[in-house]
Amino acid sequence: MIDLTIIWAGIIAFAVAAYVVMDGFDLGIGILFPRFPVGRDRDMAMNSIAPVWDGNETWLVLGGGGLMAAFPLAYAIILPALYAPLIAMLLGLVFRGVAFEFRWRDPGHRRFWDFAFCGGSIVATLAQGITLGALLQGITINGRAYAGGWWEWLTPFSLLTGLSLLIGYALLGASWLIWKAEGGLQTQARGMARLLLPALLAAIGLVSAYTPFLEAQYYQRWFEWPGVLASAQMPLLVAIVGFLAWRAIGKVQNGGRDWTPFFLILLLFGLSMIGLAISIWPDVIPGRVSIWEAAAPERSQIFMLIGAGVLVPVILAYTVWAYWVFRGKVDETGYH
Amino acid sequence: MFESFDALFLARAQFAFTVSFHFIFPAFSIGLASFLMVLEALWLKTGKGVYANLYRYWLKIFAVAFAMGVVSGIVMSYQFGTNWSVFSDKAGPVIGPLMAYEVLTAFFLEAGFLGVMLFGINKVGPRLHFAATCMVALGTFISAFWILSVNSWMQTPTGYEMGANGQFLPGPSWVAIIFNPSFPYRLVHTVIAAYLTTAFVVGAVGAWHLLRDRANPGARKMFSMAMWMAALVAPVQIFAGDMHGLNTLEHQPAKVMAMEGHYQSHPDGAPLILFGVPNSAEKRVDYAIEIPKASSLILKHDPDAPLAGLDTVPEDQHPPVGTVFWAFRIMVGLGFAMLGLGLWSLAARARRKLYDWSWLHRAAILMGPSGFIAVIAGWVTTEVGRQPWTIYGQLRTVQSASPLDAPAVAASLLAFIIVYFAVFGAGTLYILKLMGKPPEPHEEAVPTHGPVRTAGITPAPAIEGGQA
Repeated sequence: MIDLTIIWAGIIAFAVAAYVVMDGFDLGIGILFPRFPVGRDRDMAMNSIAPVWDGNETWLVLGGGGLMAAFPLAYAIILPALYAPLIAMLLGLVFRGVAFEFRWRDPGHRRFWDFAFCGGSIVATLAQGITLGALLQGITINGRAYAGGWWEWLTPFSLLTGLSLLIGYALLGASWLIWKAEGGLQTQARGMARLLLPALLAAIGLVSAYTPFLEAQYYQRWFEWPGVLASAQMPLLVAIVGFLAWRAIGKVQNGGRDWTPFFLILLLFGLSMIGLAISIWPDVIPGRVSIWEAAAPERSQIFMLIGAGVLVPVILAYTVWAYWVFRGKVDETGYH
Repeated sequence: MFESFDALFLARAQFAFTVSFHFIFPAFSIGLASFLMVLEALWLKTGKGVYANLYRYWLKIFAVAFAMGVVSGIVMSYQFGTNWSVFSDKAGPVIGPLMAYEVLTAFFLEAGFLGVMLFGINKVGPRLHFAATCMVALGTFISAFWILSVNSWMQTPTGYEMGANGQFLPGPSWVAIIFNPSFPYRLVHTVIAAYLTTAFVVGAVGAWHLLRDRANPGARKMFSMAMWMAALVAPVQIFAGDMHGLNTLEHQPAKVMAMEGHYQSHPDGAPLILFGVPNSAEKRVDYAIEIPKASSLILKHDPDAPLAGLDTVPEDQHPPVGTVFWAFRIMVGLGFAMLGLGLWSLAARARRKLYDWSWLHRAAILMGPSGFIAVIAGWVTTEVGRQPWTIYGQLRTVQSASPLDAPAVAASLLAFIIVYFAVFGAGTLYILKLMGKPPEPHEEAVPTHGPVRTAGITPAPAIEGGQA
């Protein structure tokens, strides 16, 4: 008998990963936005994501909606527990989402909408990172409901994860521009990536060192057999990928391929997510509620699985097509 | 400023505020996406430049409205959990999958093809571009399908079983859940409302420019198309609304009692109260102007049919009568005003004066926002009318809310109010600014980069290559 709950945990994890892969870089461009010179460079940075941001953000809706459908109890506990950061994230996304259109509509206030684009991106990213940290450090539950206060999420650890994600998304944004931009903007993006990559590696190291001491479960996972096998390899793998990314960034303008930094940094994100999964498996609320306790009934799982099985590949296919239509460098004649 | 309210009231206010704001954008973009699809189809078929220009003209407006719809919609998908977590836990197994289907079948479709629709005309060629427009329009409709199914299930829940842990669980058939009794009526009534909303906006913009330049071909075309919609679809909508009302009488009689202002039962024919002031303390409608027996005639098709009033419903299950009573009258009044404008336009058309009667144009401008007001009024009627329940007859609103502190909800409500008015206020101004410009013979595309270049649409055969 196949365990549908595990399949659904995999699908939700996939949606979250797809969200990070696709929206990470476009939030990152928002985070870095004020650093780009006003005029052509800013317009090009914005144009490199304008046709795809909306689809990217839809994975966040799938993550939220999918969680409600597949693990309603988890949805009902996590969202009130992270009330303040989630509301802040939503409002941040409002500002950055409308900025895509509004900055073209109102040149007189373009500075304001550029600021909203950046501010919204930073707030949304911090909130997502804080959410991750707050879940990892554990939330107070009573029965089927959240039982803590509305500031419980705020700790040094959650701020650290918030900051780490900010660095990570900014680096994704910079490496996206290395791929999609040319000339001065590309050079500038390379400079940014060279500063951000060591910062991200440090952040990964800090969060990884902190996490095992948050909960006994994490400690056992990482320092007892067989988890210790993974914990021995992970730092090495991260270091190798980090080194390769550093070299790739350096070589871009000396005949290196412009897309390798972006995918190597995605690989760093992938390793971090695998580490996360090792820590929390098989919980949907780490240390509190397992995926089986929170799972929707089998009828709901089957009904949705039929849809997801058919539609997710179709969605991926036309998403790839949409990216393909806008392939290549974004330049002056990019999207006319 | 909200100290004196409890967390439940604040959560309700927040949901009402965010959903009302959100509803405005889809109500417009569902209709506008279909309008764009028709314009592009007509352009591909006839090759007439006026359709291509109108397409570009409305595409810019669509882009702004759609962006606002997307960001206000993401808020909605999280509100269920942040503010109504008990409801989400209990109803998640039933409505969660429907909302997941909305994301999978509609949101991705809209978002995935929107980029190509807005920026891709010269990259993919006209036919593929038209396909992208169709996908976006289809996506807006599918989205309405699922979310109205969810809403209808909450109004007329069927096909579920109660779990031992207090959850609503799906029964053996999803068809019974999706196609619950009020869904077909609500879907038809709401989608037509979205089409009418768009038609009246398009009509007002056309009329505005006709008053300045009667010869503007774009203004003439859009005004004519919009007035056809008003004349043909407004009567259909009144009929659909009547059917929806009869369905509500069958499944949610207390809502209809509040709409009608029937505090008392009428054993031999209930009057239709046209206007009056509902007085819930005294259980009567003050200063009522009524037509004897007309309510029984409309609702039961028999002037002498008995009609029960709110006196047959336990007091703790009464919806707030005043709000429902007034919201319903605003919606119906606007519906008939729309019909009136449609008929007036037919008269003008018959005399070949459609582009000449300036009072008709002024009236069309006045009616421009009527669709939005009617949609919100209708929404208030149905949502306030189903109180005090979130899942009708099964789960009370009081029992649905998240265990949040009042200050948390007060702070978020205040933040939503400030941000929404500022951001969507600005967006509305930008849309009005776009509408204020007359449609030109060579409409520019959506600007995305630096100095805007006018790139008039080229007839299909002239576009070479670019096929992905």
